[in-house]
Amino acid sequence: MMNYIIRRLLYTIPILIGITLITFFFFNVVGGDPVSIMLGKHANAQMIADMRHEMGFDRPLIWQYFDFLKQIVTFDFGRSYASKQLISKMILDGAPVSLCYTLPAFVIAMLISISLSLLVAFWRGGWFDKITVIICVAGLSVPSLAYILFGQYWFAYKWGMFPISGFQPGFPEMISYIALPVIITVVLSIGGELRFYRTVMLDEIHQDYIRTARSKGLSERVVMFKHVLKNAMIPIITNVVIEIPFLVTGSILLENFFGIPGLGNQIVEAINTSDFPVIKAQTIIFSLLYCVFNLLTDILYSLVDPRVSLK
Amino acid sequence: MSSAPVEIEKLPKGNSLTKDAWRRLRRDKFAMFCLSIVLGYALVAVLTRLGLVAGTWSEQVGKSYSPPSAGSWHLWFGTDIFGRSVILKTIYGAYVSMTVGLLASLIAVPVGVVLGAAAGYYGGKIDDIITWLYTTISNIDPTLFILSLAFVLGKGMNSMCIALGSSAWVGICRLIRGEFLKHKEREYVQAAKSLGASDARRIFIHILPNVSHLVIINFSFLFISAIKTEVILSYLGLGVQGIPSWGTMIDEAKLELARGVWWQLAAATLAMFVVVLSLNIVGDALRDALDPKLK
Repeated sequence: MMNYIIRRLLYTIPILIGITLITFFFFNVVGGDPVSIMLGKHANAQMIADMRHEMGFDRPLIWQYFDFLKQIVTFDFGRSYASKQLISKMILDGAPVSLCYTLPAFVIAMLISISLSLLVAFWRGGWFDKITVIICVAGLSVPSLAYILFGQYWFAYKWGMFPISGFQPGFPEMISYIALPVIITVVLSIGGELRFYRTVMLDEIHQDYIRTARSKGLSERVVMFKHVLKNAMIPIITNVVIEIPFLVTGSILLENFFGIPGLGNQIVEAINTSDFPVIKAQTIIFSLLYCVFNLLTDILYSLVDPRVSLK
Repeated sequence: MSSAPVEIEKLPKGNSLTKDAWRRLRRDKFAMFCLSIVLGYALVAVLTRLGLVAGTWSEQVGKSYSPPSAGSWHLWFGTDIFGRSVILKTIYGAYVSMTVGLLASLIAVPVGVVLGAAAGYYGGKIDDIITWLYTTISNIDPTLFILSLAFVLGKGMNSMCIALGSSAWVGICRLIRGEFLKHKEREYVQAAKSLGASDARRIFIHILPNVSHLVIINFSFLFISAIKTEVILSYLGLGVQGIPSWGTMIDEAKLELARGVWWQLAAATLAMFVVVLSLNIVGDALRDALDPKLK
């Protein structure tokens, strides 16, 4: 198993390099000259030349790439063009804000969908199972923006149950602001999660060891909780770990609608103001984070399931 | 005189995979109904493209923000801020969404199939490079990948399709590669090899028809992600410019809702919901019908 982990670690290196290359390719090659986009139409040649020099765009591509690698290693991405803030500080400030609502929403959605998936697996093929699947597919087909807009309109605007938008740090003050975003996130994610966990549970239920458990006279309840759930923990854990990077980035649309100053909102503002450095920094940081969590998932998987091996 | 050739012609023909699948799909009445809805959307998109419907979406048909009314069908979903028919805008939006889905597929499917087939069939260095490329891309969060690529390419339909296509080929490539790895060792491919079939013949004539059902299944899910991505990108101002789409309609609804104008949001949401749900059900039914393992 150590062998597998070491090989998996080594395998991550070319992928990490690939991610830096693709991001660099997007922003420094495909993106052409961001300077003229950022300065707008009224910039004169001198201003453009100055800024190009300041951002290092007048250097050969290979040096620009090394500059980029240096930025990643030192976690120093310079300053935002719109707000002039340090980008690394913006990211460190934004991530906890996103976590404020994504983390509770994630835990609630997970508990609900795992419990429901056990029930669905228990009554598989029956009307409860069928209705749940139909609701999940229908729910997944509604655009996420519609949930956000209608939720905000009815719960916050019409019925005044929650503030329409805004955010306040600190524990008790925060609750009223994050309540509606949490509810909407739970509704948004539960369809997909429940479908996933249902497949996981149904996969387990058809295994031989379950038949053995039943045939030695165990009650269906014991079979479900002690056998099915325990063995389904492997895909559940890996699914949980791979979600963590998404919790940090938050939801782009939700944060924008509710005025939550998390990372998702920063991306929207950066796009609106053509803030190249911010978008580039966020892209590379979260791609690397995602990659690392992919690695962690695979390693975890090999720890709990000894059958896994790298070809 | 022998009558043998005539009798050979009379032998019953075996069912092909496609024919078999079609038979199974037709048994699923609800899926067939959903398929006809999807085809209806496609037809509307083609007619819009030809200028036969919704060509007049930009004309004023009523007062600004008039609510839905039963009279002329142009007013069934009311009007927008400029008094334009919401229903015509929704129809035009269907055309935009279908086009994005189609163009993105036209990029993703050929790239995914060719690279996947090459990686799975040839193995070795080619496989290493292609696997490295798609693993790298699948390690980047798809939303951020599409967003940054659409951002650097500039606003508009083309960059949206390129961004989506560049991200979507990965899934197809992985699937096709896995199937080619399995199939190239099968007897029928070995038999073709011993009969002297070239690499290209074995790839395209022998293996590809046996794995192409995966592409068809993937197609419906590709369309779903195209429709959803269009909405998000249009909301962020990176989508289509100057023409209506479901994304821009929902974006406009953001400001309208506070004034009690809900019909533009409702029309776009309903149009999206119906087609995405149908695509979901058709996709599932296609998988059941085409996947011989489940038979």
